[in-house]
Formats: sequence, C-alpha cells, structure tokens
Amino acid sequence: MTEFQTVIGLEFHAELKTKTKIFCSCPTTFAGEPNTHVCPVCLGLPGVLPVLNKRAVELAMKAGLALNCQISPFSKFDRKNYFYPDLPKAYQVTQYPLPICKSGYITVPDADGNEKNIRINRIHLEEDAGKLVHSGESITTSNYSLPDYNRAAVPLIEIVSEPDMASAEEAKAFGDKLKLILEYAGVSDVKMEQGSLRCDVNISLMPKGSDKLGTKVEIKNLNSFRAMHRAIQFEEDRQRRMIERGEKIVQETRTWDEGSGQTLSMRSKENDHDYRYFPEPDLVPTVITPEWIEAVRSELPELPDKREKRLKEECGLSYYDCAQIVATPALAFFFDEVAKIFDDKKTIANWLIGDVSRLINVAEKEYEQIPIAADDLAYLLEQAKSGAINNNSAKAVLEEMFASGKKPAEIISERGFAQISDSSALEEAVKAVIEANAKAAEDFRAGKQQAMGFLMGQVMKATKGQANPNLVKELLAKMLK
Amino acid sequence: MSIYDMTINQLQQQLNDKNISSYELTKKYLARIEEIDPVIHAYITVTPEAALEAAKASDERRARGELIGDLDGIPMALKDIFCTDGILTTCASKILANFVPPYNATCWQRLADVGAVLLGKCNLDEFAMGSSTENSAYFATRNPFDIERTPGGSSGGSAAAVAADLAAYTLGTDTGGSVRQPAHYCGVVGIKPTYGLISRFGIIPYASSLDQAGVFAKNVYDCATVLEAVSGHDEKDSTSTPYPIGDYRGACQRDVKGMKIGMPKEFFEEGIDPRTIEIVKKAAEKFAAAGAEVIEVSLPHTKYALPAYYVLACAEASSNLARYDGVRYGVRVDKPTLEEIFCATRSAGFGEEVKRRILLGTYALSSGYYDAYYNKTLQVRTLIKEDYDKVFASGIDCLLTPVTPGPAFKLGEMLDDPLTMYMTDVCTVPINIAGLASMVVPFADIEGLPVGVQLIGAPFSEEKLFTAASAVEVPRRLPPDILKQAVEKGVER
Ligand SMILES: [Zn+2]
Repeated sequence: MTEFQTVIGLEFHAELKTKTKIFCSCPTTFAGEPNTHVCPVCLGLPGVLPVLNKRAVELAMKAGLALNCQISPFSKFDRKNYFYPDLPKAYQVTQYPLPICKSGYITVPDADGNEKNIRINRIHLEEDAGKLVHSGESITTSNYSLPDYNRAAVPLIEIVSEPDMASAEEAKAFGDKLKLILEYAGVSDVKMEQGSLRCDVNISLMPKGSDKLGTKVEIKNLNSFRAMHRAIQFEEDRQRRMIERGEKIVQETRTWDEGSGQTLSMRSKENDHDYRYFPEPDLVPTVITPEWIEAVRSELPELPDKREKRLKEECGLSYYDCAQIVATPALAFFFDEVAKIFDDKKTIANWLIGDVSRLINVAEKEYEQIPIAADDLAYLLEQAKSGAINNNSAKAVLEEMFASGKKPAEIISERGFAQISDSSALEEAVKAVIEANAKAAEDFRAGKQQAMGFLMGQVMKATKGQANPNLVKELLAKMLK
Repeated sequence: MSIYDMTINQLQQQLNDKNISSYELTKKYLARIEEIDPVIHAYITVTPEAALEAAKASDERRARGELIGDLDGIPMALKDIFCTDGILTTCASKILANFVPPYNATCWQRLADVGAVLLGKCNLDEFAMGSSTENSAYFATRNPFDIERTPGGSSGGSAAAVAADLAAYTLGTDTGGSVRQPAHYCGVVGIKPTYGLISRFGIIPYASSLDQAGVFAKNVYDCATVLEAVSGHDEKDSTSTPYPIGDYRGACQRDVKGMKIGMPKEFFEEGIDPRTIEIVKKAAEKFAAAGAEVIEVSLPHTKYALPAYYVLACAEASSNLARYDGVRYGVRVDKPTLEEIFCATRSAGFGEEVKRRILLGTYALSSGYYDAYYNKTLQVRTLIKEDYDKVFASGIDCLLTPVTPGPAFKLGEMLDDPLTMYMTDVCTVPINIAGLASMVVPFADIEGLPVGVQLIGAPFSEEKLFTAASAVEVPRRLPPDILKQAVEKGVER
C-alpha cells in the first residue's frame, strides 16, 4: 500500500497591539458597546481617507524581525474587493504583491526531536473587519444580523508559512512557537479565544518520496491549537481514504466543526471570490530605512530560543525548569528583573516555578499581573539565603505579600519572623531546655542521636520558631558534650 | 457695475467702505438664486439660514476689526461632492439622497475658517461621472450663455453658478477635465492644480489617483486668491504633499516675457474644431506679442490618454463606489436576503452612467484581465508622464492647448452617444493621468459661446500658470439675460 506524506502550510492572523486602529485614531480596546469605537474613517463614510498608523508598521516590522524575516525597504497597500456587511468600504486594505516582510523561519522540533526550520513566506499588514451580531444562535437561524464595527480596521498581520510541516504535531509546534515569539516581541496579545490570533490550515497529501504536491484543501474556523491538531488529523485521514478509493481531492475551503469533530465543505475553488486586487490609491508606499529597522530591532527583547539556551548555560537550570520559565514571557521577564538584584538564579527559578506560580494560580491571576515587585522578591530571597529568616517564614511572607501587597521587611518585622542568629541570646533557651529535659539529655549523651531532634524541637518551640536551626544544633552539641 | 459682477477684491472694497454688508450681499445672492436658478439649476441644495448666519458673523468681525482675510464674508458655493458637516451631500446620486455627513471636507473647512459664506451645494454628474451634468440623478444644469446647452461637467453646476453670478466663486473637482471643460463652456476661469496640492479629505471619490479639487472664479486673480486659501498639506490625506503653497496672487503680477510656451502638436490634430484651433493660435500670438517664446513640442503618447483614463478611473470607481451597499447610510431597498439588498439598493440607487463605469472597472480588474487592462494602463500612464517630464525638462514653462474640441453642445445631443461624449475629455484627461497642473482661461467665443484655452504646467508650477494666465486673460464676458432667454426659448422656470 502507498504510504503518504502530509504537507501542511499555515496562515495566521494576529491583531497588533497598537493603541489605535490602523488608519484612524479610534481605540483598539477589546469589547465595548457595539459601534462605540468608530469614526467616519473606520466606518468608511464617503470621502474619508486612511492615514497609516506608524506604530502598526513598527509592530509588523518587529514581528518580521522576531521571525527572522527580511524587512522590505519598499512596500505598499492594495485593495481586496468583496461585499460583506462587516466590511465598511466593501474592500479590505491589505498588501498583495509587496508585503512588509518576506522569507523568515521558525525552528521547531521534528518527529525525531531534531531541530527543523519551518520557513515563513511572508508577513503582510492589513485591516480587520467588523463582526456581525446575529439575532439567533447562528447566521442561518437568525432573522437579522447587526454589524458591530468596533473591530473594523484594527491592525492585523497575516503570517503565511511555506508548506513545510509534515504532521499535526509539527503544525502545533509551529503554532505554539509562533505564538510565544509574538508574545515576547510584544506584537500581539495572541489570544485565540478572543480572536486576536486566528489560524487557517492548508493541507494536502502526496505519495511518500514524491515531489509533486497534491491538491490542497484549506481549513478555516479553527478556534484553538487543539482544534487545529484535530482538524489536521481528521483531514489527513479523509484525504488518504479518498485517494485510496481512487477519488479525486477537490480544491476547496472547508470549515472545522468542533461539535462533530469533522471538516465540512464551505466552497469550492470555482466559487471562490475574485478579489480584484489593485494598488490602494489613497495611501503612499511605505519606505523603511535601515536606521528605522535597527531602531525597531533594538526594542526586541531576548527571544525564546536564545533565552532558553542562556538559562541552561548561565544559570545551570534543568531543561524542564528553563522551558517552564521561557513558556511564560511575563515570568521570564520577571526572572530577569529579580536576577538583576539577587544573583542565585537557581533559587529564583525554584521560587518562580514553585510558590510564586502556585500563588498566582490560587489568586486566579495572569502572569502579566504578578502582584509583587521584583526587588521585593529579591529582598525576600536574600533574607532567606542569609539566614535572617527561615525558609518556612519566607514562604509565609511571600503569601502575605501576595495577599496584602505589603513590603517583605514590614511583614517580617510585624510577624516577628526575624531569625535569632545571635548565639548569646539562644544560649539561655538551650540551657533551659536541657535542664527541663534531663532524660533526653542523658539519652543523647549515651549516644541516642534521635534525642537531638527532640531537643531541637523543644528549643524551636520555646523560641516560637525564630531560632536559627543550625545555630541551635551547634549549641546543643556543645553544651551536651 | 453690478454687485454680482464684482471680483473678490472689489467686493471687499464695497464691504470695507460700508456700501454693503456681507449680510446684505448674501441676501442679494440668495435673491438672485431664487430668481435665476429655477432656469439654470446650478444648485441641488441652497442653505439660506446658514449662509445668513455666517454673513452676520463676518459683519461682526469686520465691525470689530477682526477680519480674517480676503474671503471673509464673500458668498460662494461648493460642488455637491464636498462633504459639509450637517448639510445634505448627495453627489447628485439617489443612493446618497439622505446623506448628511458629520464632517467637513478639508478644503471647505479651510474656507469656512477664513469666513467664507456658503450659499449651497451645486449640481454635478452623478459621482462626477460625466461631461454635461445630464447624469445628475436630479436635473441637468443649463449653460447661462445658452440655456439649451450644457454647462459641461461634471462640475457644471459650480461653473454655471459663477457664470450666472449665483456665487462669487465656487469649488469643483476634476478627475479628467471636470473643472476645466465646464469653465471653458461657461466662460469662467478654472484651475485643476497639481495632484496633491489640495487635500482630498472629505471629497467623495470617483477615481482616487486622479481626483483633484479645483476653483472656479470670475477672473485669474480671484482664482489665485481662493487657491491660496484651500491649498496645502493635510495630515488627513496621505497623498497631499507637503509642498509649500505658492504666491499665486504675486505670480499674477509677474511678466510673461521670456517664458517658454509649448504647443504640443498632438493637441491640434483631427477631431478638434478648426475654429477652436484658430482661437488657441490667437492666444499664442498674444503670448508672443507679450514677449514669450512659443515653441512647438511633441507629446507622442497623447492618443493613449483617453483609453487609459477610462480603464484607471473606472477601475478605481468600481472599488470606491462599492461601499454604497445600503448597510450603513444612504438609501436602502429592503429585501429578504443580504444579496438581494445589495443588488436592489445598487440597482435603484445608481444611474446608468455610474453602472456602466462600475461594470467597466470591475471587468478591467477581474482575474485574467488585470494584466491586459489595468497593468497595461499603468505602463501607459508612466509613458504619458515621461512625455511631459521630457518637455518640461527641456525648458518649457507651460503648454498651451485647446480645452475641448469645440464649444458647449446642446443638452440631450450626446446622451445616446457616450463615446462621443467621452471624446470631449480628450485634451484634459492626460493632465490628470500625468498629475500635472492645468488651468482654463476664457479667451474668445464661437457664435456667442465661450471658448477658453488650456494652460498646462509641471507639477507644482501653479505660479507659472498664473503668470501665463494673467497675460492671456481677456475681460470677463457676461452671459445674455437669462430670464429673457427662458421666455424666448420657452423654458419653464
Ligand atoms: Zn475610527
């Protein structure tokens, strides 16, 4: 039986994190009452003209640089014409022959765990459409639909990969990595559930070893990477069965139906729109100088691949710890902040992955809203390391920092967490415990090591846990000689 | 001298001497509109209340000695393609029969800021598509010099309003000749400045890469005054250039002596009325007599301009007019499904010529035809531009040509013959295609109908145009009595 090779290309739409829309000064804020973030320009009233948001260009450049693309010194906009009520001008301003970024790549692990480069064909800048609010459950069961143009003309980038992925796993790895890189670059919120990141799949099958691509099918309406993964697997199977039955694959657009777990035909190639692209005469070409590129590049933080390597090499962290931190940009940036002040990076990593993450989860907060300051955590870790407070106290302090927002020094002093590390102060207590527990003292002298633990516990109890345990042990050993 | 016949400077003198107030002047214009316009049909909308209010405010400024400039208190009008905040803006289309914009076109805002008094909005061919105003969804405008003839188009209402003294000056737009051809037919001065000199913000687009606002005035100097007020970069229009506004009034006083005037031979070939050619040659003699050098030049790609214009303009129009779908504003024809709403609204809302151009443009951009039409046309556009670049680089200051093949044609004469109608634009479209500056000055007449000459300059050479235009300008000719014409020709008011 013929073995088949799956060929997958992906297209992503990411909403750019600008304050204002791509061609007007309306806010891009998510949600809001319908049609409140609109003006004559984004409503496409007669006679208005677009003015390109410079920040949108810079964020697109940033995305391009983060994805190893070439930035075009000269790009321009085109009109993509089609009628739909969510499209106020009946054309979308996008980029067709001359996109802002070209030829990039992302590195992902392949099936054997080796590094594989997935190429990016292009990134282009465009405007989003509005959305239709249906009176019923769906468009087919509604009596009417109302357009909401709040999202119309929010800047988007479309990222188009080459057909370089061979499996649902690779596609998912590409998606995860792309999302992470865009997040690090600060280009987009990349929230699939809110629609700020959207994904379409192009998939075809060909006999293994062949270099002749099969007929491709496009899959839309994928609301998560999980859905993408499932849709690819479904489609691989569907196409393979069709080929095996000797049926011809039709070039078409299919939609993923989450409920039934299958892809359904939307429209065939013949019924595809003719978008009648032509140069947008209302905008001048975008000219990008090398200086501008460098200025934008300097805004980029350290990106995931490099960061993971650094954490592994410089901080001696395990692969698992690195991956945990790098996977959450806010946590990684917080790590860097703390590490500027407190130099035991391994300890920082343990705390961040452990208690800090736990408390964030308990508080049902996002990592973007870590409610403690980096220098406060650094102070706390320093206190624990120097022995000024013990580890359990440090955890309690952290908890209270999360709860009350108080400074660690304040909490330590209020709750009397400061460890007694002064031997003259402890001597009294140790002496008293030995006197009160003569039997245990005898046992210890007789060589029963367990008695030490009991005596230490008594000292800790007498000092309300504030005694430095190492010092207590030392004193007990000395006095019981 | 009648107050209506006065230039802007003369009117300012009257106002300053307190012979008349802006309020009274505005009332006089409104009265004349009421009397004459039922014959001419220059206006779609007249705005008496707003006009009188603006005039009153101007009088108050004058009394306080806070006059803003030479246009303060002067009554004027706009082609109904300029968006006017709170005032109906129809573009002479049924589809915008109820459209009241919440913003001003930048060039109107600039005039309002210097105290202009808006009398109303002038008729045009629907969406500026036409050469006679007969494509207006409302009515055709009549030529004041012969009310059985067209004032030209598409800015026919604006041109007729100045010619018939229904406004001191007006603004129009010119995509392929829509200011210059009606200026020529109506015996007024008209300028289509360089693409990018006047902001397009708030002007309802026909073909974005060709559209440019222009001015109609009673003489060259008035035209310069208005152009200075409306020009200049606008941050709301990315295609408006930061080129500094020229001293156009100063240029009117300069000597034409030593200027090199080119006569492109391709503009004097078949299809042009020999009487028109004679008139342009007379103008050349006048230049020569004033000390300018007249030189024959060649623009070999001129013949491709008209077809190129129709591909480009229609392609852009097909996209620009797609937004009129009945969803957000304007007129909607309600139907059970979305596609039916789109079709019914657009079928009912657009006139025949608009539909024809949308179809032409859609075809030219369709996959499979794009390269043969649109792309080819872009190449032709480059060739035409290069022709002009070469001529201007050779030291020519401006070109002198006919405006159209002949004088104003009769209303209805070309309605069934769109191709002949398109031919009237043959001398004006190359200028829009090449993005140049151009101006029309009335110079003579053929059987009582005004005939102008066209001056063409390199991009942003408007000062030279004003110098040349002032040298060739003749005293303004007034149209025959319009009410008498109406009686004689049996035209009902
Ligand atoms: Zn807006």
